[in-house]
Amino acid sequence: MDRLEAEDEELSDEQKIAMAKWFLLNSPPGEIQYVAKDLQGVLSDEVIYEAAAREAFPLYNKEQMLSIEMSDGSGQVLVSQYGEIDIDHFIDLRTAQVATVDHIKQVCTGVRPASDIELPSAYVEEYRGAIDVEVMRYIDEAFPRGHCSVYATNGKDSEDSQSFELTITISSAKLSPKNFCNGRWRSVWKAQLHGDLQTVELKGHIKVSAHYFEEGNVQLDTGYECKDASILQGPSETALAVATIIQHHESEYLACLEDCYSKLSDNTFKELRRKLPVTRTLFPWGSAHQLSMNREITREMSTK
Amino acid sequence: MEAALGLMRRMPPGLSRTALSSLLLLLPQHSSDLLSLVDQPLEVLWDDSCGKQFLLCDYNRDGDSHRSPWSSTYFPPLEDGTQPPPSLRALEVEANEIFALYRDQYYEGGISSVYLWETDSPEGFAACFLIKKDGSLSGDGRRGLLEQGLWDAIHVVEVEKAEDEVTAHYCLTSTVMLSMKSNTGFQGSFNLAGSITRQMEADLSLSEGHLSNMGKMIEDMESKLRNGLDQVYFGKTREMVFTLREPLDTLTASSATGQSIQHEVISDIIRSRT
Repeated sequence: MDRLEAEDEELSDEQKIAMAKWFLLNSPPGEIQYVAKDLQGVLSDEVIYEAAAREAFPLYNKEQMLSIEMSDGSGQVLVSQYGEIDIDHFIDLRTAQVATVDHIKQVCTGVRPASDIELPSAYVEEYRGAIDVEVMRYIDEAFPRGHCSVYATNGKDSEDSQSFELTITISSAKLSPKNFCNGRWRSVWKAQLHGDLQTVELKGHIKVSAHYFEEGNVQLDTGYECKDASILQGPSETALAVATIIQHHESEYLACLEDCYSKLSDNTFKELRRKLPVTRTLFPWGSAHQLSMNREITREMSTK
Repeated sequence: MEAALGLMRRMPPGLSRTALSSLLLLLPQHSSDLLSLVDQPLEVLWDDSCGKQFLLCDYNRDGDSHRSPWSSTYFPPLEDGTQPPPSLRALEVEANEIFALYRDQYYEGGISSVYLWETDSPEGFAACFLIKKDGSLSGDGRRGLLEQGLWDAIHVVEVEKAEDEVTAHYCLTSTVMLSMKSNTGFQGSFNLAGSITRQMEADLSLSEGHLSNMGKMIEDMESKLRNGLDQVYFGKTREMVFTLREPLDTLTASSATGQSIQHEVISDIIRSRT
């Protein structure tokens, strides 16, 4: 414990900002505002807090893939690195708009139409739009609170039969602080559409976090990676194939999680502590002394 | 202070050490409060004199040294380190022996240490029972199910003798901290970490002795904490996962396929009875 004890030397402002950022970035889903409030209490220095918040909130919002209602009510914009124009502007290709995001308040303060250079070519957009529609259909079925967005992340100006990359993001959060429970699902699927090879390659990365904190603090943190491929066809056939692959792998992941949970109680948890001793009876505290002596004797006998 | 504890309740339990050391640096004036209110995973030292490991906490610390429960000497060596009075030391020796047996039966390995000290109340004392278990395959895991797995239990019991001389009042405060990284068998990770603290009080007859009374309370408490974590806390995170993403293809009692199978089964039963 001693090495944890505070040293006398004063922390520099940079060190304090770095620590404050660390706390903000490690906030569980939907809890950064609560962490921010406590942090302000601990720091009691607005300048340092604001410097940390300015850096941490944008990173946290992007990592969490926050979905925010657009100010004109036209839908949700996902705050993610894939749609980032600059630090507080994020594109939504479904409505062809760019949303201005106030990271600290976590709201959208305005939208403007996207300019032509921010939008993909007509060829890319045909595939992107078709995939967006199919993935939305899947979201409706599987994620009661989910939102998705499809971005042209590479070669967005490609023309006929050239290659390009689309990134499909899914974000779904359930925040019920009153029930001491928050959680978020995020998936990122990178699809390489190879015009020359006529193939679609998919790489998925899924993360789920959950926090339950009624008189305690328990957190789940899980991730999954997978790959798949299909043939490149017309936009609607490709979109259907891509959505089917995503649905299949995400269902498989869910089954893996169910499997982990089902083994937890009787197997995995036993590695730490058994429910009952091997003898299947409570520990004989009254006669434990006897037990201890017996053990000594057996040990002595066996060494002789 | 309240804000600092608020932060500890939200930070990932696996990162609590980093969180606490940052808070100590940010709030040096509250360092002793923080150290006593925030439990941390236990650290281990070797007692060279008897070749056994022991666990460190504030209750066996004097300066920068810690007292081993096995030899009652300090590591690193410390002259005139605080010692419990002989009568308590005798009980401490016995407690360590028996608690090691208890630990072995429930934990199939691990390290345990018990420390006793005097308190202000007449004829009263306090005891701290510690257990640390590494359940990974490289540690004491038997089944190879955990890539990483740590369990730390801290039980502090305050004992006061009642006026009637035949019973004593016991107040137990227990904390369990754990982190598990499962061997998943798929390309990915499954990590659960957490900490919970509970209290329990009891007035018990002295006929079976302090050790038996404290031991039974701790055994009961540990089982409650383990069950609570397993059923309630892990259960809630599981529920969250399946609310975020509904299982489409699996059979559930309420899914369309599940319902139609139920109907079929029921009509089969009815038919077989008639």
